[in-house]
Amino acid sequence: MTMRRLSVFNVTSLVIGFAFLYLPILLLVIYSFNASRLVTVWGGFSTQWYGALFRNEALMEAAWVTLRVALLSATLATVLGTLAALALTRYGRFPGRTLFTGMVYAPMVMPEVITGLSLLLFFVAVDFDRGFWTITLAHTTLTMCFVTVVVQSRLMTFDRSLEEAAMDLGAPPLRTFFSVTLPLIAPSIVAGFLLAFTLSMDDLVIASFNTGPGATTLPIKIYSAVRLGLSPEVNAASALLIGIVTLGVISATLISKRSVMRSRRNAH
Amino acid sequence: MMERTLTRRLSAGLVPAVPYLWLGVLFLVPFLIVLKISLSDPAVAQPPYRPVFEWSDIAGFFSGLDFENFTLLVEDDLYFRATLSSVRIAAVSTLLLLLVGFPIAYGMARAPERYRTLLVAAIILPFWTSFLIRIYAWVAILKPEGLLTQALMAIGLISEPVDILNTETAVYIGIVYAYLPFMVLPLYATLEKMDDTLLEAALDLGSTPWRSFWTITVPLAMPGIIAGSLLCFIPAVGEFVIPDLLGGSETLMIGRQLWSEFFSNRDWPLASAVAILLLIVLVVPIVIYRDVEARRVETQR
Repeated sequence: MTMRRLSVFNVTSLVIGFAFLYLPILLLVIYSFNASRLVTVWGGFSTQWYGALFRNEALMEAAWVTLRVALLSATLATVLGTLAALALTRYGRFPGRTLFTGMVYAPMVMPEVITGLSLLLFFVAVDFDRGFWTITLAHTTLTMCFVTVVVQSRLMTFDRSLEEAAMDLGAPPLRTFFSVTLPLIAPSIVAGFLLAFTLSMDDLVIASFNTGPGATTLPIKIYSAVRLGLSPEVNAASALLIGIVTLGVISATLISKRSVMRSRRNAH
Repeated sequence: MMERTLTRRLSAGLVPAVPYLWLGVLFLVPFLIVLKISLSDPAVAQPPYRPVFEWSDIAGFFSGLDFENFTLLVEDDLYFRATLSSVRIAAVSTLLLLLVGFPIAYGMARAPERYRTLLVAAIILPFWTSFLIRIYAWVAILKPEGLLTQALMAIGLISEPVDILNTETAVYIGIVYAYLPFMVLPLYATLEKMDDTLLEAALDLGSTPWRSFWTITVPLAMPGIIAGSLLCFIPAVGEFVIPDLLGGSETLMIGRQLWSEFFSNRDWPLASAVAILLLIVLVVPIVIYRDVEARRVETQR
């Protein structure tokens, strides 16, 4: 292939595009250090809103609920999604496969209002008290589909001969899975878990439908605060979340880069 | 030995069975319940319907159902207009996303190889930060006396404050901003694989860059264009957060309508009916999307 060159147009569109993507987030972070209560008027540097944030017990409680829901639902979703990915890639044509594929893909594109409403009507129909567990189950159902797709794409590109070799040498299927397949797909499982965790932390719509007393999540809290107008405390909470996520993504990228380099070195 | 193979087969069967059962109970059944409620609306008081909701705490709601169905019929116009306006807003946004996303994806695909991973990561990173927060960030920018007004006035472009918040323009900005990664990534995936020699050949043969763009680049990028457009269009039609936070009261969108039927009017059957309406609108794009995805997965294999 010939050497590709960036034209002025290419560079300009990249610069403008990334500025568009990052400027709003950057402004939000900058204004979280604003001393003024008026969110859009700069009144000097201050960290007072971060202090106020940690003293806001309702907000802290919501953050704690969100974290618990996200951890639990992402863990469940990772197990279920990995099983579903194995089913789709290793089981050929099992009865009801078309329906299964449909059920895996549909929740990802389905508007959240529909998923949220249908799950709520289900929980009401079976008389399941709404709260922490209904949000967790709802998030598990949505996010397991994303885990499935992530793990499935890894399972499809991977070298089956390693599994076959282990089986030929007499390893039972379960042992083959744990000592050959699992280590090879582990990065995609971790990626799936992180995706599920983020989606759960982030979700407002499905959580709003399925929440109950004592189970207010951070997005629900932020949403109701925003509806009342901009608040510097929400800015601080947002900036903190952005910071945590950015650190998490960067370290995850570095870890996976290291593991890729290590496996490359081992291959040589 | 027989026993061992039997247990092995049973445990092997668990792999598809567990997620299958989970999705069946928590996706398919809830969905059927919505369908049932929305379809049997007038017959809610009839025996075949009652067992499902007998134990519920909202039984009182359903006594007034006749009235609610009546209003649904009378206000049918509202839902029709909301559906049309959702599709229109989503279609315009998808077009804008293509216009904004294509140059970015193209630039990424032409960037030196060592930068490409970094560029892809930079496109994905905002997606990992909360959707709600990213929309919230725009409230401060677009509001009257907001940061956009301040910036434009500082450079002397405008003398009067601009008020974009609570308009349809704000909704477009929000959708383009929030969905940009979903458009750029599929576009980039197809553009990156494109063979540059084709473009060079066309130029050598005397084609103008503009013409070769339309006759070579665009057709070759078609799978990415279709995938990206559907990936943006489908959720945009049912969007709730963006029209609610950035749009005005006159910004009709069906997802927002469903939300208000449910939370403000507390009319669950009507909300279910709206959900079904939304789904009917989306069935065709969802089926196309599934086919496109299935084909992509097949070629990947």
